[in-house]
Amino acid sequence: MGDVILTMKGIDKSFPGVHALDHVDLEIKKGEVHALMGENGAGKSTLMKVLTGIYSKDEGTITYEGKEVEFSNPREAQDAGIVIVHQELNMLGHLTVAQNIFIGREIMNGKLIDDKRMNEEARKLFDQLGIDIDPKETMSRLTVGKQQMCEIAKAISHEAKVIVFDEPSAALTEAEIEELFKIIRDLRDKQLGIVYISHRMDEIKVITDRVTVMRDGGYVGTLITKDCTKDDIINMMVGRVIYEDPKTESAVAKDAPVVLKVEHLNAGRMVRDVSFELRKGEILGFSGLMGAGRTETARALFGADPKESGDVYVNGQKVEIKTPQDAVKCGIGYLSEDRKRYGIVVAKTVAENSTMASLENYMKGLFIDKKKECQVAQEYVETLKTKTPGVDQLVVNLSGGNQQKVVIAKWLVRNCDILIFDEPTRGIDVGAKSEIYQLMNELVAEGKSIIMISSEMTEILRMSDRIVVMCEGRKTGELDIAEATQERIMHAATLRD
Amino acid sequence: MTDKKQGNAFTNNPIVRAVGVQKIVVVIVLIALVLFFCVKSTSFRQYTTILSIMDYTYYLAFLGMGVTFCLITGGVDLSIGTGMFCYALIGGYLINQKHAPVIVGILVTILCGLIMGTINGLIVSKGGHAPFLATLCTMMIARGLGSIITGGASITWPVAGSPNGWTRTLFKIDMGGTKLPLGFLWVLILAVVMSIFLNKTRPGRYIIAIGSNKEATRLSGINVPVYQTLAYVISGFFTGLAALAYSSAFQSMTPGGGGGIELNAIGGAIIGGTSMNGGSGTIAGTILGVFIMSVLQAGLPLINIQANWQQIIIGVVLIVAVYIDVLKNKKLA
Repeated sequence: MGDVILTMKGIDKSFPGVHALDHVDLEIKKGEVHALMGENGAGKSTLMKVLTGIYSKDEGTITYEGKEVEFSNPREAQDAGIVIVHQELNMLGHLTVAQNIFIGREIMNGKLIDDKRMNEEARKLFDQLGIDIDPKETMSRLTVGKQQMCEIAKAISHEAKVIVFDEPSAALTEAEIEELFKIIRDLRDKQLGIVYISHRMDEIKVITDRVTVMRDGGYVGTLITKDCTKDDIINMMVGRVIYEDPKTESAVAKDAPVVLKVEHLNAGRMVRDVSFELRKGEILGFSGLMGAGRTETARALFGADPKESGDVYVNGQKVEIKTPQDAVKCGIGYLSEDRKRYGIVVAKTVAENSTMASLENYMKGLFIDKKKECQVAQEYVETLKTKTPGVDQLVVNLSGGNQQKVVIAKWLVRNCDILIFDEPTRGIDVGAKSEIYQLMNELVAEGKSIIMISSEMTEILRMSDRIVVMCEGRKTGELDIAEATQERIMHAATLRD
Repeated sequence: MTDKKQGNAFTNNPIVRAVGVQKIVVVIVLIALVLFFCVKSTSFRQYTTILSIMDYTYYLAFLGMGVTFCLITGGVDLSIGTGMFCYALIGGYLINQKHAPVIVGILVTILCGLIMGTINGLIVSKGGHAPFLATLCTMMIARGLGSIITGGASITWPVAGSPNGWTRTLFKIDMGGTKLPLGFLWVLILAVVMSIFLNKTRPGRYIIAIGSNKEATRLSGINVPVYQTLAYVISGFFTGLAALAYSSAFQSMTPGGGGGIELNAIGGAIIGGTSMNGGSGTIAGTILGVFIMSVLQAGLPLINIQANWQQIIIGVVLIVAVYIDVLKNKKLA
């Protein structure tokens, strides 16, 4: 490790209602690989966005190469030599590799673009990195791994001095990760400063020199990687926060009937051989870090995405779920994490949304029985204590928590016995949160069963009777609530294969 | 895992890859169509039919070339059909009723296209309207505007042989009794120029980039609204040219007409391999696609297929072309 190239000090950033970064420090030296770690929502990405000028900071200083800097957009940061290799690749699939690398700064020959020279220059970059990619190939024809290499080549062509890798390995195969690490080591030896964001504990140990841990938008500490253990890092990530009334033991009898059984479910890269059981009256928590494949599992189970293989049993009966329609017929309801896109029709009324999944029961001949529709909607507004001036109110005018209640009503009207709650309290304020929790508890008390996907550790520990932990499309742990701790969950959530 | 997604021997052939599978298919279909009509109809084999196909081709080719740029950005321009009529009406009105010099009429026609294109582009890029809706509105505006300016009267541009009739020779020149399709030359020249513009200049490259991934293009430090607007300006300019081609080939234009022609042009572009989802498309493909449309339009009446059936056949051809586009996108995903 050499001299310090980049220092972020006392970085503070608030969004309306959220204190996203609370005086965070980060120091990057030349020739080091510096890991940035933390749970979901710890503020890693926000910090990097402040660094590269996507967000402006409220307080604090950024010192780069001895001078205080403030970039107002990613382009300025790039020109200064700070580049992010994004997790979601920012590629132009229809253009060639070389055209992608030089987008916005094409090599010109008079008024015309000199594609030949761009190809040559790209070739030189790849030679320098020791990777074999044809610069003339169309970007979308490359594998994700190769596309990532192109992004790195692009970063280097900007004469980058600091490169931020945002979960670079998430989509790569074993062999591609090896290749990536080789490149990162080369870059380190060339005295670049490298920030490496990843959830994979074993990778951190292999590739990084120092680790900075963040928690809840705050700075926890920086460690020398080779002097610390995985447990040290996990302890720093989860902290010693006392969470509000966690569940201590399951309320479900050990012999409660199994209402849903999933065996060897496979669907793409994100769902690999997932098996689990859901008992009557149980809340089964699905925990894991971003990109663990929890939502993908739910969507494949629900028939929203195609599955490759796997058996599903509802109440002991084997069922074929190919479309969401099939799932609804089996009594499964899915509350999407992205309410506005998949959960409700915001421009329709509470009543119309409530009957959307079961409209055939609210028909009078060819027409919708508006009266019956309003009656049932009203009934559920009262049971769920939805705050709305009336059932004819447009859903768009309700708060997040009350919108969520309308989605719940939709599935209750349909009489679903198995409910999948995907991030049930995302974007919902604290008061409404506890109402949703109470509601979920009431539902299971009535004999419904719930699968709850949540990225919030508090929520998982407070609500679940049992916890399934996933990592990279595989189930890496199953814990009874009595034995579950943050540390054990985080351990499983960072377990590779 | 392999480095490249698999293709078969045909699609991986370097020549096929360079030209594009769809263009090869379109050429084959075009040849097959011409042969079919030649066998079925004696009148199709006549020189006058070729001239008539050309008359249909010029304006469609111009409209197609222009709208290809909008389609590549992931947008569309629906105002080109009624726009073409509107600008030709305005230009013709100035020449006939206001006795303006013909050259002024021509320039005003093209200027109208440029103005409308700029308006479309600004509504889409700055106003944030969906291209479909924005250009649907300007399509209606163009329809009304043409009527208002001519006072509801039909307009015929000066006929061949009349003192101001030289516009008629812009696209079809009389060489010692034989009429030569001069317009074909203009189409070819412009196609080459626009092809180079699309593939070899920065604005062209950025128009493709916007259609491929708008956000990534923005993050690359490219001024997206400028190039998005440019696509519509190009479309407007070519609509102006199409208005000239149309008024030099055909007799009278009725105010409020031209609706539906945009779909033939867009259809030609899509048959030629331009994607409705943006990011890909070629000028050569559009020209070939437009030829299919015009051969159908000239050929179907000659084998005694009624006008209504012609519409249905063209509709089916478009469904097939769009389906190919859908299949292509699935492969990319």
